[in-house]
Amino acid sequence: MNTTLLLVQGLNGLQFGVLLFLVAAGLTLVFGVMDFINLAHGVQYMVGAYLGASLAALTGSFWLGLLLALPAALVFGLVLEFLVFRHLYDRDHLSQVLATFGVILFLNEGVKVVFGAAPMQMPVPELLSGGVPLMDGLLYPTYRLAILAAGLATAALLWFLVERTRAGMLVRAGATNAPMVTALGVDIRRLFMLVFGFGAMLAGFAGVMAAPILSVEPGMGDNLLILAFVVIVIGGIGSVRGAFVAALLVGLVETIGRGLMPDLMRLFMDASSARQTGAALASMLVYIVMAAILAFRPAGLFPARA
Amino acid sequence: MSNPRLWLPLLVFAGLAAAPFLGLGQGHSLTLLARGMIFGLAAVSLMLLVGGAGLVSLGHAAMMGMGAYAVVVLDHAGITEAWMVFPAGILAAALFALLTGAIAIRTSGVHFIMITLAFGQMAFFTTSSLAVYGGDDGYTLFSRTEVFGARWLENRLIFHFVCLGLLVACWALVQVLLESRFGRVLRAARENETRARALGFSPTPYRLLAYVIAGAMGGLAGVLLANSAEFVAPAYLAWQRSGDLLFMVILGGLAGPHGALVGALAFVLVEEWLSHAMEHWRLVFGPLLILCVFFLRGGIVGLLRRG
Repeated sequence: MNTTLLLVQGLNGLQFGVLLFLVAAGLTLVFGVMDFINLAHGVQYMVGAYLGASLAALTGSFWLGLLLALPAALVFGLVLEFLVFRHLYDRDHLSQVLATFGVILFLNEGVKVVFGAAPMQMPVPELLSGGVPLMDGLLYPTYRLAILAAGLATAALLWFLVERTRAGMLVRAGATNAPMVTALGVDIRRLFMLVFGFGAMLAGFAGVMAAPILSVEPGMGDNLLILAFVVIVIGGIGSVRGAFVAALLVGLVETIGRGLMPDLMRLFMDASSARQTGAALASMLVYIVMAAILAFRPAGLFPARA
Repeated sequence: MSNPRLWLPLLVFAGLAAAPFLGLGQGHSLTLLARGMIFGLAAVSLMLLVGGAGLVSLGHAAMMGMGAYAVVVLDHAGITEAWMVFPAGILAAALFALLTGAIAIRTSGVHFIMITLAFGQMAFFTTSSLAVYGGDDGYTLFSRTEVFGARWLENRLIFHFVCLGLLVACWALVQVLLESRFGRVLRAARENETRARALGFSPTPYRLLAYVIAGAMGGLAGVLLANSAEFVAPAYLAWQRSGDLLFMVILGGLAGPHGALVGALAFVLVEEWLSHAMEHWRLVFGPLLILCVFFLRGGIVGLLRRG
């Protein structure tokens, strides 16, 4: 593996990492503030991608599609909160896991009914098509760089909202000690709805941005959801900062591992078994990292609750 | 008759034993019942963890997968003898449970759910990259497991009673374990870990042993599932399957292993019925699951008790 390839893999990893962060941020806040496990957060990413792709096809413009998909994803999240999640806050984690699992089954099938089982395509916008020459002989797609930039900008915005605004202060307080925040006269349910809607919108945003480079299909949120859970567990539940660090870590480990592992294994074994073992190890790598981190820091890297 | 803990499973077992002679002897219904019993066995083993030890595992499908892939590995090596295959499947799952459990048991609550999920995903990705055994596409078994070279398990009726026998044995084992001192320590640690520790019980070895026993039973279910379908695929280890297993346990009710038994049978039958009745059956199944969580708090068994 040469430097160019490593650079491309690194950029791809970071770009995957910021997408993961957008999904994990909502998840970790909801988890942190309300102690609520939402397995259905991944399908919100999927719904965002479908909304973006279909609205872009309808209006004929990527930008209009993106602009309309965001409020639509927000409304969709709030509707889900009203219909299902609201009734689960007082229940144990097991019930939350199961009910939100039911939401996944329904929505994965639902998009199949509405949009068909075949993957949907969303064109890359004119403005961001083409590539940027990063170094000699390396043309990196502009759109992927745009995803990276948009993700980092959203992360900065989120940092500002959480660390520097009153609502953000309440969210942090809620993640640290929810009963105390309620006792001080804050309507934590309303706060949670806010966090929830915002989280759904972020996941939807990630979905729309990923739509042009991935295929939009039923179940596309499931694998991402599992990785997002790995992210928030590594980062420390309820911590946005932890989610950011862990998302980039997981994105890099996942992407570079996939590129590097088969080559690394070739040092020890013949080509075909190296490819096989390398692929297996690469898929396992993030889980090994997670198990290792949990074994030494059971509360994650940046635990919100001290 | 107020406590269905004993009469309900006995009724179910009697019904299952009589089923082949009550006009359900056709191939498909027997296959379906075998599937129900196999998942019943897996759900009963998961019940030991969830109901007994309070350990919500979202990676139990991996245990079944270990058993199923043990069958595949041996089949590929030309070994189909039951006295090799069954112990291998059970041991493989127990070993996997021991290794992953040793780490997972250190965490609790949400972290335990997540780490079991992570280990399950590890197993899933490992199996889907095993190109020798079909990778993503799965592996079709050369034949069912043989007993002393005889192809008894090919006979649906014999297979039906083998599944039933093993199901009864595992149910009885879990029932006995939960009532024993071992089970009481598990429950005490679930209710109040601090007090259990103050009484001189460290919950960790008890929980680990429960995790390994449940894993071993899951492996047994996996061996049976591989034999029933004569086909094994990584989908057996998908995290959705672990979710299904959890739902079976909760659907039946956490009052005892009889709940998991009833829940698994109900799940498999409703799934079968719905998937035949309509193409997009998950549109109904998903909301059904949500409604069960909302309203069926004690599970099916809880309904019986009230009524």
